[in-house]
Amino acid sequence: MSTLTAEPRKTRKRASVPDRVSVLYDAPGPRARMRNTVLTVVVVLVALLAVYVMVTKLDEKNQLNADLWTPFLRGDVWINLILPGLFNTLSAAAVAALIAVPFGFVFGIGRLSDHAWIRVPAGAVVEFFRAIPLLIMIFAVMYGGSAVFGLTVTPFMAVVTGLVLYNGSVLAEIVRAGILSIPRGQSEAALAIGLRKGQVMRMILLPQGVTAMMPAIVAQLVVLLKDTALGFIVSFEDLLNAGARVLPSNFNNIIPAVIVIAIVYIIINLIVGAIATLLERRSRRSRKTSAQPVAPPGAVVAPGSGDISAVD
Amino acid sequence: MQALFDEFPVILGAFWLTIRLTLASGLLALVLGTILAGMRVSPLPVLRGIGTAYVNIVRNTPLTLVIVFCGLGLGLVLDVSFSTSLSTNYLWLSIIGLSAYTAAFVCEAIRAGINTVPLGQAEAARAIGLTFFQNLRLIVLPQALRAVIAPLGSVLIALIKNTTIAAAIGVGEASLTMKTLFESHGDAVVPIFFGFALGFLILTLPTGLLFTWLSKRLAVVR
Repeated sequence: MSTLTAEPRKTRKRASVPDRVSVLYDAPGPRARMRNTVLTVVVVLVALLAVYVMVTKLDEKNQLNADLWTPFLRGDVWINLILPGLFNTLSAAAVAALIAVPFGFVFGIGRLSDHAWIRVPAGAVVEFFRAIPLLIMIFAVMYGGSAVFGLTVTPFMAVVTGLVLYNGSVLAEIVRAGILSIPRGQSEAALAIGLRKGQVMRMILLPQGVTAMMPAIVAQLVVLLKDTALGFIVSFEDLLNAGARVLPSNFNNIIPAVIVIAIVYIIINLIVGAIATLLERRSRRSRKTSAQPVAPPGAVVAPGSGDISAVD
Repeated sequence: MQALFDEFPVILGAFWLTIRLTLASGLLALVLGTILAGMRVSPLPVLRGIGTAYVNIVRNTPLTLVIVFCGLGLGLVLDVSFSTSLSTNYLWLSIIGLSAYTAAFVCEAIRAGINTVPLGQAEAARAIGLTFFQNLRLIVLPQALRAVIAPLGSVLIALIKNTTIAAAIGVGEASLTMKTLFESHGDAVVPIFFGFALGFLILTLPTGLLFTWLSKRLAVVR
């Protein structure tokens, strides 16, 4: 790459993104440093006190007994009790994501249609499923499927259907925002050289839009993964079910089990979230698109922070 | 359809509980979230660390797990008790879970708002000798909050929908009531579902409109 093309990119970025956080206070002098040290010690002491109170409370209720925690050191507990739940959680998330992403593209593009008979229904579907809670969708599929259509609805099907409808609708908003974020000149130029509307969408807008919307889509997948835990309420045998029903019924250790399961969830979600952040940086740098990465609906992304996560 | 009219008082009561859950958790989350945001921009690395850890842990944990932990862990095992009445106790435990969870999102919204306050504001505040806390309280937070009214509205709408998860520990708000009605009126699943869906639309859509209007009304003119 020649320096000639790299040059304008540098100037386009603001000279230096100032550390916006530290602008709230001056670089500490001797007295401020002293005060900060004292305050740090106080904070640490308060934190330690809080931990101490928690530990004594847990100990009082015999929650620190070794036999409540040692099951997590046993391979068979993981293989027989935890990993099947994790597998169900991940497969529900994967199936839901695979259906929700096309759903999002269809309805997101549908909402941008020039034809009111496509635009209006697509908009109504998206707004409806975003406005109602996922849990009542899952209940409705669970009970409605058998009562209305005479189908046997498994918890897996109910959870996946709910996840697809809700997250698909949020993804539709991301897709729409991604396409709208492309400067108008792009589609005007494309139309001027004689491309049709479909061609403009397929050849000009979507390829650029996908780069812009990818980080938000991946951030939404974190929400999708977290929401699989709603399956617990309809007895789906997911990871949370393993932690809150299966393990406690074997070892009577609800608190340790929920903590360990939470750590598993957090690790998985941090990995997916890190991918979203990585994509956000790549998309910001990308020259394949004339648009900036879009934020998930309702989220505010601090400029230059690179931290992208959806509101749920 | 008849079932919907027969059970109307029950449905109304369920939504009233949903609204109370939302208001109580929303207020607590706003307070806790603002404190967390203050911690995350404070000069003390240890406070920043605690704030960051809290947000990253809570934001990546499913809310259902948080609520179940509050209900079964805090409530049953640790005997955390707010009331002698079992249902009131679970109500408060679910409020704790909901506000602890929502606070992480409030914190992130406010922190993004702090980033929108022009550099010169905080610099001027420092120049006239305000301390970090005065700077935050008098100059930065009022502007930051007004900049993030629309995102806070999104957080509130998410909270309204999230209150349904209190059903996991048997709080009889709208979603659990809907499930109970499904069971007692197996022939009226569709009207009951649309009745409850309409109830949520009535709660969420005007909230969105109100916060959009407020955000324009209260935007800081620069």
